[in-house]
Amino acid sequence: MEKFKSLTAKVMPIPLTDIDTDMIIPAQFLTSVSKEGYGENLFRRLRDKDPQFPLNQTKYKDAAIMLTDNNFGCGSSREHAVWAILSAGFKVVISKSFADIFFSNSAKNGLVLVTLPEQIVDELLAEAQKHELTLTIDLEAEEVRKVNGTVYKFKYDPFRRHCILNGLDDIDYILSMKNEIAQFRKTQMTKPVASTFANN
Amino acid sequence: MGNTDTKSIFEKIWQSHVVKQIEGHPAVFVIDLMLIHEVTSAQAFKTLEEKGLPVFDSSKLLATIDHSIPTRANRWEIFDEAAKIQVETLRQNCKKYNIPFRDFNQGQGIVHVIGPELGLTQPGMTIVCGDSHTSTHGAFGALAFGIGTSEVGHVLATGCLLQQKPKSMKVEFRGHFRKGVFAKDAILALIGKIGIGGANGHVIEYTGQAIDAMSMEERMTVCNMSIECGARAGLIAPDKTTFAYLKDRPHAPKGEQWSKAIEYWQSLKSDNNCKYDREVIIDLDKLHPVVTWGTNPGQAIQITESVPKLANLPDSEQAVSKAALAYTHLSEGTKIEGTPIDWAFVGSCTNGRIEDLRIVAKVLAGHHIHPQVTMYIVPGSEAVLEQVKQEHLDKVFAEAGAQLRMPGCSMCLGMNDDKVPEGKRCVSSSNRNFQGRQGPGSITHLASPATVAASAIAGKLTSPEQYF
Repeated sequence: MEKFKSLTAKVMPIPLTDIDTDMIIPAQFLTSVSKEGYGENLFRRLRDKDPQFPLNQTKYKDAAIMLTDNNFGCGSSREHAVWAILSAGFKVVISKSFADIFFSNSAKNGLVLVTLPEQIVDELLAEAQKHELTLTIDLEAEEVRKVNGTVYKFKYDPFRRHCILNGLDDIDYILSMKNEIAQFRKTQMTKPVASTFANN
Repeated sequence: MGNTDTKSIFEKIWQSHVVKQIEGHPAVFVIDLMLIHEVTSAQAFKTLEEKGLPVFDSSKLLATIDHSIPTRANRWEIFDEAAKIQVETLRQNCKKYNIPFRDFNQGQGIVHVIGPELGLTQPGMTIVCGDSHTSTHGAFGALAFGIGTSEVGHVLATGCLLQQKPKSMKVEFRGHFRKGVFAKDAILALIGKIGIGGANGHVIEYTGQAIDAMSMEERMTVCNMSIECGARAGLIAPDKTTFAYLKDRPHAPKGEQWSKAIEYWQSLKSDNNCKYDREVIIDLDKLHPVVTWGTNPGQAIQITESVPKLANLPDSEQAVSKAALAYTHLSEGTKIEGTPIDWAFVGSCTNGRIEDLRIVAKVLAGHHIHPQVTMYIVPGSEAVLEQVKQEHLDKVFAEAGAQLRMPGCSMCLGMNDDKVPEGKRCVSSSNRNFQGRQGPGSITHLASPATVAASAIAGKLTSPEQYF
């Protein structure tokens, strides 16, 4: 996983609530066995239907921060949604809230999800649709900063923040507790639930 | 409010599966069973290879193919080159790592249909799969949830996951179903009430008179759609109905183990007066069949109602509702019943089990579907298909003009060739009505299998009440 500390980049606003993972990457593009190449089909259906959809607008070509309304990433557990966003060049998504599995998938790929209060997201959405908006996302300081100096604080799960700042993977963390897991399994085998299952 | 000693079933299962939790860190959480399918596993196996790690314990895994496979009779031949590679990759990985694999003609089916059928899904277990509808298995009193591909890799390599403890929520379904109203209508009513993010971060425990009276198939339908209101999982305490379903299934405990298991399973029930972070009550006595009008499962109304008027909806729903109406070509304030349909789909992990197909046969018997309608009936598994044939339901479907297909996810997500054509309207027993979910430009109305069948006959959205 790539480390992320801070980023200053252009914002692409998508003023929609409940953006689901079928919108982010439709099922027909999930047949690949690799993590690469999903970026070109990010929001494919919305892009095909609407020439004005932000991803179709050249002014957002080099945007690396996506700004959306409420409940981003609901629906399917497909991690392809995260891979698609990352491979299209986005490193951060800002929203009022995120769906659980999407949040978990993002953390494991270093996609930084920033939750800001409703009113601030509304203001930023309005601003980004009016003129070019550049933001700095500082994960270390847990701050979003505007060019004019305005600072918005956000909270990030401390463990996940540590992992993303240092590019750490869950597998290594779990494997570091190998002995405890083995011991736990041994004890669990004596309990009815495990023994009934293991006997089959 | 309960005291601190009382525990819910969720608390009990959670606590018995935490290996270790360092303060401020997520818990190292043990997984008892992982189900695997072709779409969300290849990259996880690749990670294992890259890190040079073996599979931790293949006896705690079960794999099958369901999402991207054809449901034609000659399904061995996959024309889509990428899907073919994906299926073949899973076959190879299962072989390489010695993972139990249910291939075509070897008990294949939708992961969430075959796990319970085989008796692998048992109370008190932790179950995961790279699929958000893993919550289905909660019907057995298991803690079951969907995970991403990275996490599939973590379970393959370690048998564990890093998990933050979710909050708890109790949903009580009070009262009895009216004739022609089913579990699907109840869960759609809940999602309609609390919204698609209404249970974000929570594990739901379903309780109440209506749940007690439900069959396992119905309970699976309810738990299946927990994710559609954002819940991490949904579960139901095991009882006599659960035990009767499990008894003598291939992987269920036998002999002395069976009585030990029952004793343990009974201990899982939530303690009286235990505390939940949130509680919701749904009254079923007056509920009519429910259908969706929009482009997410929360946009649901009773079939007797009209499409909502935008002016009556809260500000936060204005934009999304307006877009939904534009997409579904419906006008605000018009009656939903009578909306003409082109397609009807029965199947999916929500409603593709034998009981669902029996209900569909009961409605279709002696009728023919409307000449404008194409109807697909896709059994959830080979075992379901076999049962359909034994009960001669296939003849009922054929006489009604419906197509009985081979098992798989099919038109629920349109990953294979089974797609609703652009601009066509489908009444569907599946779980998501997202834009283009059943095919680019397709329009979906979620409903119970009974409503799907009644609507297929009439050629328009129709209440099935007259058939029961």
